Amino acid sequence: MLKINNLSKKYDDLLVLDNINLEIADSEFICLLGPSGCGKTTLLRIVAGLEEATTGRITLNNQSITGPNTCIGMVFQDYALFPWRNILDNAIFGLEMKGVDKETARNKARKYLRLLGLERFEKSHPHELSGGMKQRVAILRALLIKPEVLLMDEPFGALDAQTRNQLQIELLKIWNKDKKTVLFVTHSVDEAAYLADRVIILSKRPGRIKETIEINLPRPRDRTSMEVNKIRSRVLKTLGAEQEAQA
Amino acid sequence: MPHGRLLRVISLAGATIIWEIAASVVNDPLFLPRFTEVIQTFYHVVASGDLLRDLFESLMHFGIGLGLGIVIAIPIGMMMGWSRTADNIIDPLVELVRPIPPIAWIPFAIIWLHLTHYAAGFIVFMGAVFPILINTYAGFRDTPQILIDSGKVLGCVRSRDLIKKIALPYALPSIATGVRIAMGVGWMCVVAAELFGVSNHGLGYKVWWYKDIHQMDGVLTYMLILGIVSLTIDRVFRYITDERLLKWKTGLVRNK
Ligand SMILES: Nc1ncnc2c1ncn2[C@@H]1O[C@H](COP(=O)(O)OP(=O)(O)O)[C@@H](O)[C@H]1O
Ligand SMILES: [Mg+2]
Repeated sequence: MLKINNLSKKYDDLLVLDNINLEIADSEFICLLGPSGCGKTTLLRIVAGLEEATTGRITLNNQSITGPNTCIGMVFQDYALFPWRNILDNAIFGLEMKGVDKETARNKARKYLRLLGLERFEKSHPHELSGGMKQRVAILRALLIKPEVLLMDEPFGALDAQTRNQLQIELLKIWNKDKKTVLFVTHSVDEAAYLADRVIILSKRPGRIKETIEINLPRPRDRTSMEVNKIRSRVLKTLGAEQEAQA
Repeated sequence: MPHGRLLRVISLAGATIIWEIAASVVNDPLFLPRFTEVIQTFYHVVASGDLLRDLFESLMHFGIGLGLGIVIAIPIGMMMGWSRTADNIIDPLVELVRPIPPIAWIPFAIIWLHLTHYAAGFIVFMGAVFPILINTYAGFRDTPQILIDSGKVLGCVRSRDLIKKIALPYALPSIATGVRIAMGVGWMCVVAAELFGVSNHGLGYKVWWYKDIHQMDGVLTYMLILGIVSLTIDRVFRYITDERLLKWKTGLVRNK
């Protein structure tokens, strides 16, 4: 259980997050939406332990989070792969840091690269891969050290629509298998409606939780079904009101 | 032969011919020695074993200075690039000493180290240390926050690990550039450093020696050798770093 209690964040005098309270059950898939600049990235970075909250606290299974922790993995929009490492060695970075023997780690990563259809690229460097491939590697890299929570900050935001759909499908497959808790920031209402158990909508800055929408639809969802459309309209309505307020 | 290379060969050959003609018109070996004379002198210094001895001593002066420069500049540059505090403490000192031309250190080099190879090495060091330091510093300072963050969430948290696994590999191309510039500056310092009599050999020393005995073909021979050695060192270094170390960086540049 990931708990966010009375969390606020200020940069100097700029209040970015205002009293966020959120409880996320194990294996829950949460999508976080909100106008740009409302503090989504900041929230994720605080949960990841990369940034300190100004007030409030975050606990994972009743343990306070005070710094980066391998129980919580993170995937960034621009992949953040290490450009000097090839794909295979990017994937094993976390295992390496845990002290796993390099060859053992490589063999383990190779197995997954094969599943992702990337085995031919294991010796390639990130700049030789497409965005979709890079993000697959970044997700693999985060998952190989088996975090309990996976934070994803607009991970598919830079990808074309088709690749994006494909990666959503692959992500759900992975999630179905090992049921991690996922906190997923997106700008896309479609993406949220397709992926989430629960959609959280933040207000414009300072970010507050504006609305929570539960989605009790089985997966895989039909992107064009009535139910999904209904969810989409609800999210859009809330977001639209926020955007208007901002304008 | 490809078109471009052909042009290059023609250009060199043309310049040589013009030189030879000009020298025969001037007809004064002190003012302008002939190309053919220079080739003969070159042959002579190679055959007599002089060149090998001179090359060895110059490379020694160069190696002492460059080696010391690398050993000192990289750790200091790393500290300055990584820690704001270290930057604030060291930067003013660097900015104070850096603009002083390395050759201006010759008097102190002689007083401190006497007429030894180390004195020559010291001058080379003064020329080599700052380019390496500045580039190491820049490479470290510019390490993208996102790479540090992604390291941290993967369990690379201690400063030591972050430096070793992320900042240093990221800065390596920049450090290599610094070393390359340092080699250029250092090599120029070799000529100046051998001027004040640390030994009776050395490529730079011989330039002055031949001038003192009014043998300008010898001067020109050693000038050309200085150029060729410098070019060779640079090419070899670039080959090693570009091909192996920095493949990812050239990729980044090309993809932009
Ligand atoms: N390190 C920082 N220092 C000062 N202000 C920051 C910093 N990081 C983010 N901000 C500000 O906080 C606000 C929220 O940023 P962010 O969390 O990136 O928003 P989002 O991801 O929702 O678009 C923005 O106004 C941004 O300018
Ligand atoms: Mg953001």
